[in-house]
Amino acid sequence: MQDINEGFAQLSEQLMLVAGMAYAVAFCAYVWDLFTFSKAAKAGLATEESTLQASVLAGANARGATGQGLETGPQDRGVRPSSKTHSGSDGVTAGDSMRYSKERRVVARVAVALTVVAAVVQGFAVVLRGLAAGRVPWGNMYEFCTTGSFAVVIVFLLVLTRRDLRFLGTFVVGLILLMVVAASVAFWTPVGHLVPALQSYWLIIHVSIAVLSSAFFTLTFAMSVLQLFQARREVAIASGKKDKLPVMRLVPNALSLENLSYRINGIAFVGWTLTLMFGSIWAEKAWGRFWGWDTKEVWTFVIWVVYAGYLHARATKGWTGTRAAWLSIVGYLCVVFNFTIVNMYFSGLHSYAGVGS
Amino acid sequence: MKETVVKEPKSKAPIPSGGEVVLPQLGFFGMIRWAWRQLTSMRTALFLLLMLAVGAVPGSLFPQRSSAASEVAQYLKDNPTSGPIMDWFKLFDVYSSPWFSAIYLLLFISLIGCVIPRAKIHYKAMRSAPPRTPKRLSRLAEYGTVTIPAANGIDATTAVKEAAQMLKKRGYRVDVRDLDTERPSVGAEIGFMKEVGNLLFHTAMIGVLAAIAYSGLFGYSGQRVLVEGETFVNTLSSYDTFTPGTNFSDATLEPYSAQLEKLVVKYDRSTEAHYGQPLDFNATLKVKDGTDGEAVTKTLKVNEPVGIGGTNIYLVGNGYAPVVTIKDGEGKVAYQGPVITIPTDGAYTSLVVIKVPDAKPQQLGFVGFFLPTALVGEDGVAYGSDPDPFNPQLNLNAYTGDLGLDGGIPRNVYTLDTSTLTEINSRNLDAGGIVLGPNQSYTLPGGNGTISFDGIKRFAALDIRHDPGQGYVLVFAVLALAGLMASLFFNRRRVWVRTGNHPDGRTMVEYGLLARGEDHRLAGEYEAINKALHSKWLVPLDEAEQNGLETSPSTSDSALGDTPATKDQ
Ligand code: HEM
Repeated sequence: MQDINEGFAQLSEQLMLVAGMAYAVAFCAYVWDLFTFSKAAKAGLATEESTLQASVLAGANARGATGQGLETGPQDRGVRPSSKTHSGSDGVTAGDSMRYSKERRVVARVAVALTVVAAVVQGFAVVLRGLAAGRVPWGNMYEFCTTGSFAVVIVFLLVLTRRDLRFLGTFVVGLILLMVVAASVAFWTPVGHLVPALQSYWLIIHVSIAVLSSAFFTLTFAMSVLQLFQARREVAIASGKKDKLPVMRLVPNALSLENLSYRINGIAFVGWTLTLMFGSIWAEKAWGRFWGWDTKEVWTFVIWVVYAGYLHARATKGWTGTRAAWLSIVGYLCVVFNFTIVNMYFSGLHSYAGVGS
Repeated sequence: MKETVVKEPKSKAPIPSGGEVVLPQLGFFGMIRWAWRQLTSMRTALFLLLMLAVGAVPGSLFPQRSSAASEVAQYLKDNPTSGPIMDWFKLFDVYSSPWFSAIYLLLFISLIGCVIPRAKIHYKAMRSAPPRTPKRLSRLAEYGTVTIPAANGIDATTAVKEAAQMLKKRGYRVDVRDLDTERPSVGAEIGFMKEVGNLLFHTAMIGVLAAIAYSGLFGYSGQRVLVEGETFVNTLSSYDTFTPGTNFSDATLEPYSAQLEKLVVKYDRSTEAHYGQPLDFNATLKVKDGTDGEAVTKTLKVNEPVGIGGTNIYLVGNGYAPVVTIKDGEGKVAYQGPVITIPTDGAYTSLVVIKVPDAKPQQLGFVGFFLPTALVGEDGVAYGSDPDPFNPQLNLNAYTGDLGLDGGIPRNVYTLDTSTLTEINSRNLDAGGIVLGPNQSYTLPGGNGTISFDGIKRFAALDIRHDPGQGYVLVFAVLALAGLMASLFFNRRRVWVRTGNHPDGRTMVEYGLLARGEDHRLAGEYEAINKALHSKWLVPLDEAEQNGLETSPSTSDSALGDTPATKDQ
């Protein structure tokens, strides 16, 4: 077993602090972006009527022969997001396809650039932690949290290259910031070797997939929350009320949010299924049974079933939209619960106390 | 019943729409059919799934008999009123409780009721031609046109055949119809694997459950604590505890033996932060397969079980077994050998209980601690400071009297009820407690004999399991995963192309795409087909855009952007 490299360990922790600060600045930039947008939107409200009409006309022209009458999709199922079907009359400026538009949002760009910087620094911190210990950097709560938040930022940045999800920035980077702070304050643990229970290549496979799936779930959680807000707002606007949250114009309509989060949740669910399966295989190796209703196993199962329920809800009449979004949120709350409360307060085999204590 | 959106709209006989069901008219069988439809509806499946999630939670909040029987006993002792009520609701046996079983059995019945009709419908759909071409293709989600100039010399019939060819190349199942009419068309369908995947997933879930049940019938598991040098033989009497499956018989135990040669434990000495944390448990087993097999040396570690005789041996615990010799008041050896102790903390402060029923004139009992590295605190009490045996010490109180072993009441070997015994050695008595280092001995007061501490061995706690179903569980789980991925990532779509000859010699082609269910890549598929048709008939692409069909930039992300059809160009 390789000796612990204290120098690397120290450098890693310092870099993690720097990354945390960078995230904090990026977070402020995202908030500022929303703020300026909100102000501009309010200023534009006065001229809204005329622009709305114009955009409806333009939309109708642009659509040509496609799409009419199919807004709700076949059999009550939502239609795919497409720039072709967006009319602009629902109080949303953002494109439903969540593609980048030509419009330049300088502050948002700065925020993304800062996020990239923070991610790079955090990446170094995570790698150094691994080098310091001579193993993968996910063996305790501190490392789950720091590596996990790094996974979230990577997934977020990757999705950003294909879709304009910058409206999620405040939310996602806020969560990452929270995770980094929690890791450094509440979960801090000096670098060390793995206890025998964790010395297995299944640690690499099982935990990395769990972390990655959780990162995807984090994105969909944020989107589902926004979806709920947006859906309420859409109802209000449709019934002729005033737009109370003009900043939500930056966010695509509820249906588009639902559709994209459904796709991401699908990927994440496959990941979670793998987490469950790999966990079972490892449990068989380590404890002699692949399933034993250990607390951690119970919660992994509960999460899996809740998201299976979510996927079902999307195919059940009356359960799409808001109810499905709630299930997605409940699923994520279970993920968080499983990670924090279960790890810290529940006893079980996963507290790694089985052998040798 | 509430119709689900995934079902074929015309797949069933007319169903009364929700809420209008009038029960009395249904009769007995009608009622059963109604109940069955309710049970197999999507809404019920969703409800049962959520119930399953909720139902699993209490098992993580309260101790479970299956994994922590002693904690349950303690809980019942601490909560004399609420405990039994909770017990009545099976909150300490959640996963074998009638209500939890009811949830998952209903779910799986619902599942079967769901899968069978769907499989039938899908089988039919796969074998029948794609649906007839809609009258107005322009009403479909994606719609496009191509106008082939007269100069290209392609008439409506050729065009429709070529379109069918192109679609076939893209993996569609095609059906050319109305060839001899004015307006020939082709219907095409793709993505049957989506539904196949869905059915596979759900069927495989049944398989997983069945395999688990199979293990419960024919599997067995047991525990054995082995001290270094001891040998385990795979017979019923060799196990300390044994849990047979429902259909277990002695004959299924394959004969073999395993001797624990040594157990080596390594602790972290390199970092201050984790000093004394265990790094490695390494047991050497000498196993003999069969009754007279050859001895093979194997390494047993945490995460690395040893497989032999249809079982796997797992290292699940370890500790110290100090070797003691106890002579009774008559000078005879009443006990000699290693004593298994129970570690209570990271420094292996270990509980010791020694019962010597054979001692004469009085039975002897000892209760105390074994400390691998003993230090003496300010209050004069010894405590363990390190898990390695740097300064091993036995600290014991001694008792005489009737140990109660003859009454036929089963007693835990790791506890001794001292309430009816006479204490002869303890810190509170003049005689003091017994404190022994290695190779030291002590003479008990009152002519009750001697005790000597002869050395230290380690023991390994082993789990031995035979699980004939787990391989099947894995197979079904992998099938489920494959089905899930097919179901989530394939898309089922239909394409229709209709052609016609314009009086002026041009050939008009229109086509429409329809997704069944959600399909975010439909736009990409539209682009790809659009491109393919244009290139096939050498019609410049941008013409379509001039027609006002503003193309979304979505092709860029589509995996279909570089399908064979587009590479053709
Ligand atoms: C063990 C219980 C069940 C689990 C874990 C489960 C899980 C899932 C999952 C993960 C999906 C989404 C992936 C896919 O489309 O294959 C799904 C879809 C589906 N399930 Fe289940 N399911 C269960 C029981 C049932 C039952 C009882 C029914 C019928 C009443 C059912 C009907 C469906 C249908 C129709 C879909 C397709 C939804 C769509 O088209 O998007 N499932 N199920």
